[in-house]
Amino acid sequence: MNTFEPPIFELSGPGKCGVNLPTVDVPLAELPQELLRTDDLAGFPELSETEVTRHFTRISQRNFCIDTGMYPLGSCTMKYNPKVHEAAARLPGFAALHPLTDPAHAQGALWIMEQLQSMLAEISGFDAVSLQPAAGAQGEFTGILVFRAYHHAQGDPERVEVLCPDSAHGTNPATAAMVGMRVVEVKTDHNGNVDLDDLQSKLGPRTAGLMLTNPNTLGLFDEHVQQVAELVHGAGGLMYGDGANFNAILGIVRPGDVGFDFMHYNLHKTFTTPHGGGGPGCGAVGCKTFLEDYLPGPRVCHVIDSDKFELFTPPHSIGRLKAFHGNFGMIIRAWVYIRTLGAAGLREVSENAVLNANYLRVKLQDLYPVAYDRTCMHEVVLKGQLRDAPAAKTLDIAKRLIDYGFHPPTVYFPISVPEAIMIEPTETESKRNMDAFIVAMRQIVAEAVEDITILKQAPTTAPLRRLDEVGAARKPILKYDPVKFQELRRSHAAATSDEQPERPTY
Amino acid sequence: MSHYISNTDEERAAMLDAIGIGDVKELFDVVPAAVRFPQLDLPPALSEAEIMRQLGRLGRLNSDTQSTLSFLGAGAYNHFVPAAVDALLRRAEYYTAYTPYQPEIAQGTLQAIFEYQSLLCALTGMDAANASHYDGATALAEAAIMAFTSVRNKRTVLVAPTVHPHYRATLRTYTQGLGLTITGDEDTGAALDDLLAQIDGNTAAVIVQTPDFLGQLHDLKPIADKIHAAGGLLIASVDLVALGLFQNPGTAGADIVTGEGQGMGISLSYGGPYLGIFASKHQYLRRMPGRLVGATTDMNGDVGYVLTLQTREQHIRREKATSNICTNQGLMALAATIHMSLLGKAGLRKVAEICYHRAHYAAAEIAKIPGFEVVAPGPFFKEFVVSSIHPIEGLNTALAGMGIQGGYDLSADYPHLGNAMLVCVTEMNTKEDIDQFVQALRTIWEGRSDL
Repeated sequence: MNTFEPPIFELSGPGKCGVNLPTVDVPLAELPQELLRTDDLAGFPELSETEVTRHFTRISQRNFCIDTGMYPLGSCTMKYNPKVHEAAARLPGFAALHPLTDPAHAQGALWIMEQLQSMLAEISGFDAVSLQPAAGAQGEFTGILVFRAYHHAQGDPERVEVLCPDSAHGTNPATAAMVGMRVVEVKTDHNGNVDLDDLQSKLGPRTAGLMLTNPNTLGLFDEHVQQVAELVHGAGGLMYGDGANFNAILGIVRPGDVGFDFMHYNLHKTFTTPHGGGGPGCGAVGCKTFLEDYLPGPRVCHVIDSDKFELFTPPHSIGRLKAFHGNFGMIIRAWVYIRTLGAAGLREVSENAVLNANYLRVKLQDLYPVAYDRTCMHEVVLKGQLRDAPAAKTLDIAKRLIDYGFHPPTVYFPISVPEAIMIEPTETESKRNMDAFIVAMRQIVAEAVEDITILKQAPTTAPLRRLDEVGAARKPILKYDPVKFQELRRSHAAATSDEQPERPTY
Repeated sequence: MSHYISNTDEERAAMLDAIGIGDVKELFDVVPAAVRFPQLDLPPALSEAEIMRQLGRLGRLNSDTQSTLSFLGAGAYNHFVPAAVDALLRRAEYYTAYTPYQPEIAQGTLQAIFEYQSLLCALTGMDAANASHYDGATALAEAAIMAFTSVRNKRTVLVAPTVHPHYRATLRTYTQGLGLTITGDEDTGAALDDLLAQIDGNTAAVIVQTPDFLGQLHDLKPIADKIHAAGGLLIASVDLVALGLFQNPGTAGADIVTGEGQGMGISLSYGGPYLGIFASKHQYLRRMPGRLVGATTDMNGDVGYVLTLQTREQHIRREKATSNICTNQGLMALAATIHMSLLGKAGLRKVAEICYHRAHYAAAEIAKIPGFEVVAPGPFFKEFVVSSIHPIEGLNTALAGMGIQGGYDLSADYPHLGNAMLVCVTEMNTKEDIDQFVQALRTIWEGRSDL
């Protein structure tokens, strides 16, 4: 089915409106003429509800999503998003609750927040949790601000260096820079762990802390994580845990038990609040007691000897990370998830996630070299370097997977692994689907050997072929402009007139 | 096994066999034995029926805006959301997709973001809008950082005291390690003219909100002229709903426009997820934080959309990125896009008009009650300040007893106003609701000894 859909602006017709609004039922007040808009909202579309619904339904059909197929995007934890979560978040007692409601009249919401704080602390081995950060990167930002505040309070403001492994997510160094810290990169050893010698050489009186993802972005549990923590602490630094890969270790090991002082949780990964095509998320944070007073507020506490809950801001708080209390819609979904799985269910999550990833590893490593040859956690990092088809690139393999009905894995990350293909099946994927994925991955190797153009031309079955990203960046068109769109279409006509003369411009 | 796990015991055994181990526990041998497999102390697992029943009970402990008559705003608004918005938002194609890194199979998300960017530009008069920030507060904080890095050798940002208190707090959190001075709001009663008088050669940007936290509308033109003459930028924090009727900030001279988009199709949800909007003039594009979608063509020449100018972003530039933002508020941006598309020109204008006229009706009626005074020195949109001889806390408690959620108590944030509440009226408050609110205030006044 052709789901091509023009920009909504081209569907507009004067005088249409898609909402049935109330009428003004009060005497009209005088408008301040000098402050009114004078452009008649030029460029704004006018459509019926029917047209708007059809437009956004049609373009939605040009998306791949978890509910249509396997989405093994490494480091993103694209697991199934339970439907009960959607129902929960939309109950009017929560969805229609104003954030500035007197806490005495928001006890149900505060009860959920307080219990989620406690449950996250228990699962991760920390003493205090703040639910305020809106995403993982904001959780990181919170953590490094807390480290900074702590060192300042210790009379140690010279600690301005944040260590990040070379395999770290880009958000780690970007976060450190936003706090005004200097980033120091630490090497990875031959087994995929933090290189202890390199770490030792970079620690010192200027070390604020180390940001470590564990399991790391190579999908490996650091074999020396406790030694790493001892070294960092020995140098007066603090241990930040990036919780992006927490899905591998629920009920397996608690970061607070292996030396981390602070971590963020990605509720939108581990606790399956939907990714929403890029967000929203929730980057709640947890820490040890000695850092608790620096956490952002408001947090929720249980008033002693009562059944009441209150909001409070810690005494030396680094401040507010956003308006109000956090992404409550995500908080309630994560709360439902933990309450419906319980301790045993959470451990099953990680056991199955790790089992699935290792199954893919052993079934693919003969054709796709593994970055590090050992048991992986919830994701496996392979290399798109095919022995018998050196012309094949990871990008080609990824694009060809689309034709087989799979979302490609994460590619070219971690940047320390050449031609990286990072596969995270998650615990909700079935063996049946993984077997089909394995067949596709192996078939792609055969195709690459036989005729590389099959890969280079891929995808051919998606709504669009490969797109001109270079052109998009060179001459950015960032908003609808009828003239620029006509030019784009003309360039199309010129490019395709030889091969496909009958093809309409649409 | 939980009902989300799709494998049988037999299938799991086959996988273990392929891996060459006998028990799934062996996969975790790398974890230090002393801390491996902790017994987590969590509440017992509940069935779906049980959890929904418990949620229903917890939800009823909350006084939400459907079970009360609410006149509370202060940065989060009870605006009407048509059913079509949520019906489309619940399409799994949107909400169970990831960031559109594979454009061939993410055109739905990409086209929606492109249309969002376009609608925001039309509404704000800016040249480019990004794909969203966490909320109005963080968008503003990142705008200050962008202004600071765009104009060289200026290290002061002036912020009006009438900018949302949470936004000003967030601004300070965000900039605490960057050596910037944030000032201008120390005197909560200072007028905008006092702020403009502080502009000097070291001022990187001036931040004003319109309508401001107290509901007042401001003409951005003279502010823009003043800061531009000093070589700095104007950052305007706006309410998208007001823009259906009032001044286009870009035309008036703003360089960066940020704001909270919650009022455009997003539920109150106890404070989030909301929508941080961020738009600027083209000359600051390369310093802009966040994701951007651009139009292009594919190998066949068909028009399509891709993430673009990614060399600004953390996954490419790491510590040299313009921001650390990765996950944003994508689905909320989609909600706003659908909502704005449904409203269109006429609807946007009409919603703003209803808010304006009803708020003015409410203000006029409240002003008639002895013991209450409306403090609105200039034009206002949907919020206004009501001062009272009695503390607002007691007043709001009394209102709650009558099924009414009163306005925001301003006494902590704006002590110069004395006993004052910020009253908000939207298209959700009918004339009848307003009359009931006014009658309640009158009743409280008449029985004031109870307060």
